[in-house]
Amino acid sequence: MTKPIVWRGAALAIAVRFAFAAMGVQEHLGRRVEIVTPLTSLMRLAEGQWFKQHGLSPYAGSAYHGSPLLLSLLGPLTSRGTGGQLLAKFHSSFFVFLVADLLGAFLLQKMGKLVESAHQFYQAELQLDPETSKSAVKEPRGKIRLGIRKGCKGKEVHAKVGLGDLAALSYLLNPFTIAVCVGGTTSPVENLLVIVALYGALKGNAPLAAFGWAMSTHLSLYPAILLLPISFLMVSGSDRPQLKVLERACLRNASDVASTDRRSEVDELRSKAFLPLQWRRYGHFWFFSVLWWLAIIFLSAAALGGHENLVEMISETYGFILRVDDLSPNLGLFWYFFTEVFTHFREFFVMVFHANILFVLVPLTIRFHHRPLFLAYTMVAVATMLKSYPSDGDAALSLGLLALCTPVLSDFRFSFLVLNGYLVVAILSPSMYNLWIWRGTGNANFYFAMTLVYACVQSILIVESVGAVIRHDRSLWKSFEVRVKEESVVKAHDD
Amino acid sequence: MASKDQTLPSLLVTLLFLLLFSALLSRISGLESVVDEKEKFSEDLLIRPLSDGKVLSHFYFKNYQRTLGSAAHTHVFPKAISQLVSKFHISELELSFTQGRWNYEHWGGLDPIASSNAKPSGVELWALFDVPLNQVDPTWRNLTHALSGLFCASINFLESPEGVASPNLIFESRLKSGADGFVRYGALPREAVCTENLTPWLKLLPCRDKAGIASLLDRPSIYNGHYHSLRVHVKRSGPERAVVLEQTLTIVLQPTQIREGGMKELPHWSLTSLFGRQLGGKCPVAHSSHVLLELEQSLVESVKASADKTGGKVTSGVDIPDNSVFHVSPYPEAVLVESLDSWDVPKFSSVMLEYDLEKYRSDQPLNLAMHWKQKMAWSSVRGPFRVSRFLTGSGNEKGSIAIEMKKNFNVSSENGDSSGGDLLEVTVFQMVPWYVRLYMHTLTARIDGNPVPLRDITTQMLVTPAEDRLHPAVLEMHLKLPRNMVSLSLTVDFDKGFLHIDEHPPDADHGFDLPAAFLSFPTSQTRRLYLNHQAADNKDSSLIQTLNEAGSLYVYTTILLVPLATPDFSMPYNVITFTCTVLALYFGSLLNTLRRRIGEEERLAKAGSGGKLKKAIAKFMEGKSENQKKLIKVSGVILVAAIGVTVSYVLEHFEAL
Repeated sequence: MTKPIVWRGAALAIAVRFAFAAMGVQEHLGRRVEIVTPLTSLMRLAEGQWFKQHGLSPYAGSAYHGSPLLLSLLGPLTSRGTGGQLLAKFHSSFFVFLVADLLGAFLLQKMGKLVESAHQFYQAELQLDPETSKSAVKEPRGKIRLGIRKGCKGKEVHAKVGLGDLAALSYLLNPFTIAVCVGGTTSPVENLLVIVALYGALKGNAPLAAFGWAMSTHLSLYPAILLLPISFLMVSGSDRPQLKVLERACLRNASDVASTDRRSEVDELRSKAFLPLQWRRYGHFWFFSVLWWLAIIFLSAAALGGHENLVEMISETYGFILRVDDLSPNLGLFWYFFTEVFTHFREFFVMVFHANILFVLVPLTIRFHHRPLFLAYTMVAVATMLKSYPSDGDAALSLGLLALCTPVLSDFRFSFLVLNGYLVVAILSPSMYNLWIWRGTGNANFYFAMTLVYACVQSILIVESVGAVIRHDRSLWKSFEVRVKEESVVKAHDD
Repeated sequence: MASKDQTLPSLLVTLLFLLLFSALLSRISGLESVVDEKEKFSEDLLIRPLSDGKVLSHFYFKNYQRTLGSAAHTHVFPKAISQLVSKFHISELELSFTQGRWNYEHWGGLDPIASSNAKPSGVELWALFDVPLNQVDPTWRNLTHALSGLFCASINFLESPEGVASPNLIFESRLKSGADGFVRYGALPREAVCTENLTPWLKLLPCRDKAGIASLLDRPSIYNGHYHSLRVHVKRSGPERAVVLEQTLTIVLQPTQIREGGMKELPHWSLTSLFGRQLGGKCPVAHSSHVLLELEQSLVESVKASADKTGGKVTSGVDIPDNSVFHVSPYPEAVLVESLDSWDVPKFSSVMLEYDLEKYRSDQPLNLAMHWKQKMAWSSVRGPFRVSRFLTGSGNEKGSIAIEMKKNFNVSSENGDSSGGDLLEVTVFQMVPWYVRLYMHTLTARIDGNPVPLRDITTQMLVTPAEDRLHPAVLEMHLKLPRNMVSLSLTVDFDKGFLHIDEHPPDADHGFDLPAAFLSFPTSQTRRLYLNHQAADNKDSSLIQTLNEAGSLYVYTTILLVPLATPDFSMPYNVITFTCTVLALYFGSLLNTLRRRIGEEERLAKAGSGGKLKKAIAKFMEGKSENQKKLIKVSGVILVAAIGVTVSYVLEHFEAL
């Protein structure tokens, strides 16, 4: 009974999933284009498994485009014999996805704890006492208020919900996560691996981080860009204030000491404030990454069993993602654009669209290298928005990571707008799809409009959270400017 | 005396000359007979009244060339075909242009005419090539182009592998034995068939439509029919690999109906009323020329029954051309009766009335006519199964294709009971374009409504998986079914694909046609053995010889229309601008947020701004005159441009490599 809320929440999440599955919702959810993409579809996975069983390449028939390892894991669960019995109410892969979700939530909770402790450490380092901090650091506006800030007014109320619990619950109870889990797609597994990678990096566990990163990249390619935040996490640890703020804090602390041994004192304080850069750990991370990649390649080759070579596998998985072969509708910006764009411009625009993800990596990294976890969130969110086959599962992951960053997002402004945007998209996109595909009373533009709205909502969320973190850092810095000035004034007065 | 002396040698010389001449003549006639052996052309027309009052006319032209050399001169065999055969190494080829749907219920299924001439609408082409495997696809491509030129049709659309299959099982029995090579199969269900295809087809005939049976082909009347199928079949056979060209035209026409007392009567018809033309003799170069009127077994049976009723007693001999039910004029030269084997004639069997066109001339045309005296109900011989194919599901997202076979109950069990014991064999061939994404793992078989495991009924199953924009999915199954089953259904689920706007045909909302599936029943034979004991063997109708050949039953399903969700064809520019605007908004605002500084920071940044590069440039520019500065800037621009050009050149060169 230590964490009643999180246990209750998890129980509720499991109950909701079972209830939906028992109602036979997965037949409908498993067909929704918002939930299932050509990459994550279980139906296609079953087709790949069927071909594999019959001695053909699993990629035959342009149906399956996922990893052969995932096929080996989930394939036997989906095969329903060649007789064609109807799908059982609980398809056995449902349990795999349920476990993946729970595990993901568990790791998010652990990550939350780590982030929280790091946050407290740096707060202590900056000596943001409740008395002083009130004047310096702006009080959170109360939109996303947490109990982690000591001295908050609602301490008694919020103290029970830690950051980890919040992240875990917001991941588990997110309607997107539930829909993706019940609908039966491979997204929960992919999300879990991303979380594993970040958890491993945050914890400093090189083999685990390398495993998560290599596997998630192998499954869905986009987590490759998480190499940057993972590297920062491995080398310099969790999110912390900017260096200059920490330095200023050291100086201030040192200024109390007599000026003779000031120099050494500063160094001592600095070494206390700054965790040492852990290059050794990072080296281990690379070593294990290479190891895991080799393992993945060998296991894939073994799983393909000679029906297909690895080059063909890469072309069918990564190539399929990058070439945007499948033009079936989804929540992304790619499908309608490449349905309509003139054939001779196609290659150019494919490059431009993919480059959009890569272009922002460097500016984001420069700005947020001291907050690798937030950097990871931004990258996941950007990838969610600019993926070639995005789904609600990606949104579930990015929102789960966003919950981890709440301490620094106190200045977030458009939460009402963004929340409503998500609601609008969640409600209207199925209805627009219905009008277009099923009733024939609408046309493709109806659904296209929803994808544009979704992209706008996501871009507002990304830009605003980036802005909020920048503002948070700035206010931290400013508070020190002010305090240092005050102190110098006081010192001068004393003199 | 001297004159006598003189006349004798001259007489001798004359005699010698005559002898020589006759020898030469005989030599020439010998040559002629050799030519006759080398090439043979025969024409036939088979007419069959159908139970729903329509009349089936089957034009059959057979052209035979014994040897095929590049320099061989041909008399009657079309040179275009012989060149085609030799150039593309064709062992067998069949091309059909069809409009309308063959009604297996009323027009029959289990007879040689229906089995080999009931074709799916549009164009169907398959060919067996005698070339190595790596040459098959290029040869096929060239063949499609050649044929599309030859027949004025868009057969060249079959060039792309997107709609071409390489079947294995289904042609097994058709190819019979000894044929090694590779088959390619393609179909264009949407191709419209018109006179522009008929004209080049007629050009292959030695007499075109100027004389002989083809002179009946009056365009307005034949295109008025319910079913129309133009077929070209080329085959090389025998040890000398002789080329046999069969050209058939199968038409189902509706004679003008007469209503008497509100009752639909069976319409009278004659050749002139059906075709609006007269049949005045044979094509002069034709080896044989026959008009055949086939009366089906059940019709003969009903006629005999009705004769018995009116006659009051059982009479074995009923005058078939002129009886109480109908009257056929003129009286046929020969009446052939279908028999099970050479001497065994069953009690009721189909009857063929034969007219030899040798005896008719343009001033004395053959006007075959059939006059019904009373209403008569009969049915054609149906196949063992009624096969239908349909789509289930609604909307443009998913669906499933079902092939259903239902047993025809009125088919007597002796039909098609030639082999197989208590099992019935069926081979199913189905080709589905890639944009109908089949989920093969959902393939389900149901016998009498109960699902059965596939492995229990399939002896062989070949699946060629589809590949996006490359080739279609091909499903071939060889099934062994229990004979006592009533219905079988095969269903497979699919998702509908989404196509690029350029991949949609004009009138995209009409939907896409799936080529017909086809089934073969190796255990059901379509043979109709007519033995002509009167006529000399060499003058026998070649169509009857074809009918006498055994063949397995083929059944085509209908073409399916699959509507796909269409994008908005009018908005490529709008979509590009909208999407790019959203991207630009996102990218711009994100970058702006990332690099924006306010107030004090801005000042600090400005004070300390200018990296090392900027400082270096400023240092370099110091103390230079305006002109020098300009020169430096311009040369900088030129340098950048030169680098760009070099890079692009290198890239191009690299690509060319």
